[in-house]
Amino acid sequence: MATLTHLQRLEAEAIHIMREVVAEAQNPVMMYSVGKDSAVMLHLARKAFYPSPPPFPLLHVDTTWKFQDMYALRDSMAKKIGMELLVWHNKEAEERGINPFDHGPLHTDMWKTQGLKQALDHYGFDAAFGGARRDEEKSRAKERVFSFRTASHGWDPKNQRPELWNLYNARKAKGESIRVFPISNWTELDIWQYIMAENIEIVPLYFAAERPTFEWEGGLFMADDMDRLEKVMGKKPEITMKSIRFRTLGCFPLTGAVESEAATLEDVVQEMLLTTTSERQGRTIDKDEGGAGMEKKKQEGYF
Amino acid sequence: MPTSDTDSQTYETDALIAEDIGAYLDQHQNKQLLRFITCGSVDDGKSTLIGRLLYDSKMIFEDQLTALEDDSKKSGTQGQEIDFALLVDGLAAEREQGITIDVAYRFFATEKRKFIVADTPGHEQYTRNMVTGASTADLAVILIDARKGVLVQTRRHSYLAHLLGIKHLVLAVNKMDLVDYDQATFDTIVADYQKFADEIGIESFTAIPISGFKGDNITQAPSANTSWYDGKALIDHLESVELANTTAQERAFRMPVQWVNRPNLDFRGFAGLISDGTVKPGDKVRIVPAGKTSTVKSIVSFEGDMDEAAAGQSVTITLDDEVDCSRGDVIATADDPPEASDQFEATIVWMDDEAMKPGRGYFLKLGTQTVTATVQAPKYEIDVNSFEHLAAKTLELNSIGVAELRTDRPITFEQYSTSRQLGGFILIDKITNATVAAGMIHFSLRRAQNVHWQPTAITREDHANKMNQNPRVLWFTGLSGSGKSTIANAVEQRLAQMNRHTFLLDGDNVRHGLNKDLGFTETDRIENIRRIGEVAKLMADAGLIVLTAFISPFRAERQMVRAMLPEGEFIEVFVDTPLEVAEERDVKGLYKKARAGELKNFTGIDSPYEEPQNAEIRVNTVDMSVEEAADYVVAQILPLI
Repeated sequence: MATLTHLQRLEAEAIHIMREVVAEAQNPVMMYSVGKDSAVMLHLARKAFYPSPPPFPLLHVDTTWKFQDMYALRDSMAKKIGMELLVWHNKEAEERGINPFDHGPLHTDMWKTQGLKQALDHYGFDAAFGGARRDEEKSRAKERVFSFRTASHGWDPKNQRPELWNLYNARKAKGESIRVFPISNWTELDIWQYIMAENIEIVPLYFAAERPTFEWEGGLFMADDMDRLEKVMGKKPEITMKSIRFRTLGCFPLTGAVESEAATLEDVVQEMLLTTTSERQGRTIDKDEGGAGMEKKKQEGYF
Repeated sequence: MPTSDTDSQTYETDALIAEDIGAYLDQHQNKQLLRFITCGSVDDGKSTLIGRLLYDSKMIFEDQLTALEDDSKKSGTQGQEIDFALLVDGLAAEREQGITIDVAYRFFATEKRKFIVADTPGHEQYTRNMVTGASTADLAVILIDARKGVLVQTRRHSYLAHLLGIKHLVLAVNKMDLVDYDQATFDTIVADYQKFADEIGIESFTAIPISGFKGDNITQAPSANTSWYDGKALIDHLESVELANTTAQERAFRMPVQWVNRPNLDFRGFAGLISDGTVKPGDKVRIVPAGKTSTVKSIVSFEGDMDEAAAGQSVTITLDDEVDCSRGDVIATADDPPEASDQFEATIVWMDDEAMKPGRGYFLKLGTQTVTATVQAPKYEIDVNSFEHLAAKTLELNSIGVAELRTDRPITFEQYSTSRQLGGFILIDKITNATVAAGMIHFSLRRAQNVHWQPTAITREDHANKMNQNPRVLWFTGLSGSGKSTIANAVEQRLAQMNRHTFLLDGDNVRHGLNKDLGFTETDRIENIRRIGEVAKLMADAGLIVLTAFISPFRAERQMVRAMLPEGEFIEVFVDTPLEVAEERDVKGLYKKARAGELKNFTGIDSPYEEPQNAEIRVNTVDMSVEEAADYVVAQILPLI
């Protein structure tokens, strides 16, 4: 038997991690953000438990500000696979009309950070799969595969368990939960390569196409929902048609587009390899707090 | 920017990416994976070396580079030049202190391989971090400052890497630029290290003179400054050493079962990560520890059945017949299975602030098995700097010792030197749930069998024959109020009428005496069941048919009792009553109290009940009366007793 390739090894590791969680946790859930990392994670889950469907539901902590294409793929995927899809909206954020234009970082905090805590508490999930990778950001390089959270969802970087060999300690006290990152050891290139090799369906926004765009605070954005944009921004933004795509997908007014002609997977990978801008730069979340931004958010319970 | 004649010698991929992305992707698709660990302190230039590897393989992007330049001015230790170390020192507190305090994982790739680097701190108080990083590494890069030579910490790092079973050691003699690339300095260090390596049994190592800061002998060798060096560049070496995964495939087949996949009654698959060897449909296998044999029917995957699978792959296997097999079992080559034992000698690395308590029960996790283990007082502690054996009563944080362990039931294992996956274990504190230690099994101690199986003049068969029956343990499990005791009582009456010798163990005669010191926490419940199991086993040894009626909510504990008894003697009777029905009955008013918060850890309310998956007998109390249920159970067991 030939030596396994790195993708085969990464796949086997992710599947092993998912099965450990299912064997040891009482009520697991898979976080599903509809991005490419989520798509890979979901695909791995299908492989891990085949011929059974993955024995846990999908949870989308929604902000109501995602791209329309994302909602479309989310709903069709859940249906196709036959998994239960739970969508959580933070009611308080909804009632107070929290949005990315007026509220800046509060938007992420209310809809995502608080929303996630509410959803996990509401359903009583004790283990949640997330698609974070160690290569994404400096503070994530030290994140465990099984990351423990206190009953109030806090993350204590000094109190994480050592992970030796492929032995994961999933024991926890009542109320505590684990965030589990099966694709910790994947890089962005691995993700793309795997999507290509396994023919995984991803949101079309990752591929370049002519789309309506506007400029806002120095960034290039896509006008995904004109009526709503106009309401929140107070005026109709000036729309220009451009060939754009997205390197990451989040809330449409928080996720910058890049001008691109990369319309196929190969083009996208080529562009990624030749580009000089790292992945999270399109998202504004890391810049808020300087170098220690993500670490601070994690201690507060952001995924 | 640091510059040297080697600076431009990065990887030749850019042209290929631009000109033929398809060819590039094909190449990348077939890369192998090497995991390695870097050992050394900040002073040895470790973070700088890793930063350099990432930088050279284009794993940092321009915006990160800009941030890096800013950071270098703010907190860098290299003056106005780029401080590569800042790329890899992560957490805010660490950046302020200027040291790395945890295990960080970094990624880079070359044309041939993808690399995962475990970056761990070098000081003695971080031994546990280094052990963690080393546990998954194929190779260790031991950094030495060329100005300082082989230090105590070099010896410690090498010892730990060797202890964790790393076969490939690289001695990276760094900062050669600061000793004017002097060959004699390098040769002296290599000779010193060779002497030490022989002392502790390191069979081979590869020494490379480098400068992480200037780039010498990182990607191409020899660099202009070290024309006297005739070995490989660091990257070339990393690209060519043999992978542990390849050698694992050559051993006998073993797969610890993680999860039983039962989508419907017609399919039963055993899911797991193959730890050793290869497997094909038609292979004869043995389920360990039970020892039953079977044949592999298929290797099922999302893409269709596979012809073969090998160590390192996560698979789902189906077998030809309905053998008993569940999480914790190991499926292995039939004629060369691993052994099982309940007493071992092992090297233990203590990782918790609270010192080891000899005699205390810890959870031991090995492969997919979790058992209770007690550690005896250490035979000796190992001084990680001098390697002397010291007398010790316990093991403190970061100390390493050799001790005997006893488990409450046999576990399937290999010597660590043979298989990391089946020879390495962790210990977990039952109260705090912290991972307190890592261990590596040397060998099993056969004494266990002598103590447990001391031949007695009157054997258990003699006892059973005198009573003219086959001893059995009928283990009734179910929620509070499900009707366990009532049905068990009715069954016992019927058996008594048939002249069977029986005894019923239930809450009343156990909780008030034998187990009156136990409460209802998870730990106490486990101990409660363990004791009941031991008593039931003694009674079965005496020839009795034992009936027990306890909630026994945890699958693991029921499995534990099952494992105590000879195969077939344990009969699980699942009294299947839905929670709503049991709560509705609420004979003792306990559910009401639990709902009101007056009773803590009440099964079904705020403590889980894990339903049996393969109970021998299942009684549905919604559809059956007590009399019907008792008749049904008796009818089922009559042929067996």
